[in-house]
Amino acid sequence: MNKDIMICGVGGQGTVLASKIIAAAATQEGQTVHSAETIGMAQRGGSVTSHVRIGDKAHSPLIPPGSADIILAFEPSEAVRNLRYLKAGGLAVVNTAPVKPVTESLKETGYDGKEMTAYLRRKCRCIFIDSDEVCAPFGSAKFFNIIILGVACATGETGIGKDVILNQIDLRVPEKFRETNRLAFLAGYEIGEKEKKQYED
Amino acid sequence: MPQKTGDKMKEYVMGNGAIALGALAAGVNLAAGYPGTPSSEIIETISKYPHAGVHLEWSVNEKAAMEVAAAAAYSGARALVTMKQMGLNVAADPLMSVAYVGVKGGMVVVCADDPGPISSQTEQDTRRFADFARIPVFDPSTPEEAFEMIGDAFEYSEKYSTPVIFRPTTRVCHAYAGVEAPDESAPKKYEGFVRDPSKWVIFPRLSNYNHGMIEKRNAEIAADFSSYRFNTVQGSGPLAVITSGVSYAYAGEYSEKHGGIKIIRVATAFPFPEDFILGALEGVSSVICLEELSPYIEEQVLKTVGRHHLDIEVKGKLDGTEPHNGENSAELTGAVLDRFFGFEPEGNLIDVSDSPALPARPPVLCAGCPHRASFYAVKQAMKGRKCVFCGDIGCYTLGNAMPLDMVDTCLCMGAGITMAQGFSHTDKDTVCFGFTGDSTFFASGMTGVVNAVYNEADIILCVLDNSTTAMTGHQPHPGTGRNMMGDIVEKVSIEKVLEGMGVKKIITVNPLDLEKAVNAVRECAETPGVKAIVFRSPCIAIVKSGAKCSVGSKCINCRKCIREIGCPALITENGSVKIDSNLCTGCGLCAQICPVGAIGGEGDE
Repeated sequence: MNKDIMICGVGGQGTVLASKIIAAAATQEGQTVHSAETIGMAQRGGSVTSHVRIGDKAHSPLIPPGSADIILAFEPSEAVRNLRYLKAGGLAVVNTAPVKPVTESLKETGYDGKEMTAYLRRKCRCIFIDSDEVCAPFGSAKFFNIIILGVACATGETGIGKDVILNQIDLRVPEKFRETNRLAFLAGYEIGEKEKKQYED
Repeated sequence: MPQKTGDKMKEYVMGNGAIALGALAAGVNLAAGYPGTPSSEIIETISKYPHAGVHLEWSVNEKAAMEVAAAAAYSGARALVTMKQMGLNVAADPLMSVAYVGVKGGMVVVCADDPGPISSQTEQDTRRFADFARIPVFDPSTPEEAFEMIGDAFEYSEKYSTPVIFRPTTRVCHAYAGVEAPDESAPKKYEGFVRDPSKWVIFPRLSNYNHGMIEKRNAEIAADFSSYRFNTVQGSGPLAVITSGVSYAYAGEYSEKHGGIKIIRVATAFPFPEDFILGALEGVSSVICLEELSPYIEEQVLKTVGRHHLDIEVKGKLDGTEPHNGENSAELTGAVLDRFFGFEPEGNLIDVSDSPALPARPPVLCAGCPHRASFYAVKQAMKGRKCVFCGDIGCYTLGNAMPLDMVDTCLCMGAGITMAQGFSHTDKDTVCFGFTGDSTFFASGMTGVVNAVYNEADIILCVLDNSTTAMTGHQPHPGTGRNMMGDIVEKVSIEKVLEGMGVKKIITVNPLDLEKAVNAVRECAETPGVKAIVFRSPCIAIVKSGAKCSVGSKCINCRKCIREIGCPALITENGSVKIDSNLCTGCGLCAQICPVGAIGGEGDE
């Protein structure tokens, strides 16, 4: 199996944990995995990306443009920024809640993400989720990374099984948050299953 | 998370982690370095794995690290030094000399290059530095290779009694992959220093003799490298790619897609393995060189082709086929190779040429960062005065962003202090400020202060002391009272150091106390000579937030807070100013700026 999975968002949204869980789960399944993350200066309030490459055909850690099977976008404009990495026919799972740039209050652009989601809808197969809505039952936006993992896993585009990811969540999340994270993943999984059914019909 | 497979542990680690584990597996006895992206995680990884018997340190700078390691290698121990590419400029003095003197134990200098550059001032090529110093260089293309190759580097270093350079790039350092680390490793047993002034004391006669010896030895190493396991040839045909580092991975992927192309990979650029290249070039009529930073391998291939009168076309950076600047990518190398091999560009791309304008997300100082308050205090105190603000390397370089706009120059580590002096001699009507961080002060600021005192400069030195090396990931330094052996040590006092060096006026102030901070700057501006202000407040990432601020009903929506300090926590919502409680750390700077006292801590309203 060869899969290229891109995760993108804004520094501080928890993209790194999501990519670590995917990479570890694929490793647990006996796959060869390479990955890379944005580190350093670019992290501070900036756009961040993680590239996860599963399979022997990936030699380099970065996904070439037009190669990603799936993009997990934690922010709508970041989905557009990285859309060139998605292959034609690939799937984008996109959070519709915008993160305004930190310079927005100094120089207002009126950015609200809507133009981005409309553009994405025209360009590729998308699953849109609103982080405010899906995180509400869990009381914190911090669970979004686990929820989106659930959505992506259910679509089958990551090529990784549900149980392996749950196992990695158990291994990586401190015990007192474990149960909530499991529930968040399963909630995301349910959304993914429904969406998959919709676009398959 | 380690996973047991047979007698080996498979670890999914960052390239820098792979280098660290490889060095532990090779029995490293001492590791020293100075933080710098993309090299910082090597020392940090060693500290997180069992390393009993290994001396580990963040040295005060790269030169110190190199000298500490050289002594260890003179004793027969295995020594690892880590730094980023510009760090080698700082450590060039000891490196050039230890290259002449040689070593007994293995000495591996890991110097991480940063094509792009992604987080550096220069796109210098450390392979060229190896050539300049006449010492071998190893160039891994993946984390897995880096793990294997670091052990080879120690072996070659000991075999030829020379320090060697190990040169990964950002895409190797910060990539992740699985490596099979040994269950156990033990530091090397070594003899200890054996006194021999004819060997260890560098004098002109020794240098002259060793210079000749080194060139003879390098010819032997070049022959040895010709059968080195990571100098490889795959595929066949009259057209060939010669490559190294991560570009080798891009070429490999291209080959997978196009049913195999001839790829010659040079993992040891210096001493150049000419015999290997000659063999690899048999039957080849045209080669294209794929490498980053400088056309080093290309130049060596041209020399080889010239010396042996080979009828082979050599393409690369020098003939304009590829750019000199920036990093390579699958995309760039793919386009170059398509033209070279005559393949039609293939792609599965989504057309994004009509994409809407994207919000820019430039890096800025974090919400609550004490550097913002320090810069603001200087700016307020100096309103209407002619000033120059000499910046330096660290998070505080971001003081250049609007609305602070407080960085006029930034050159290299420690230059803020010394460049302010230069301006004080040439622009006498100007108040000259030199900014430096705490770690930078210890790394390369102190000698600059002595220079200022001795040469009668008229400057205000601002030490932005946030009690950590923030930019590279919060490493400890001499002012923090902790070291990499896990010991609590006496903090080196910046004020006492300044006093000892002859600075007469030293004011320590909390930058978050705006009035006091502004007064300190004014007082220094009225005093001739060398003055220093230590702005001391910890990095927000290493302490808990205080009570968060909020905007009350008194707000007249003048937006002075937003216009003047640009804190990311100050946002506008439905036309009025709000504080994002997820970002606010409760630093209180905005509350001190508000002209109507509308901003307060929690519970004030």
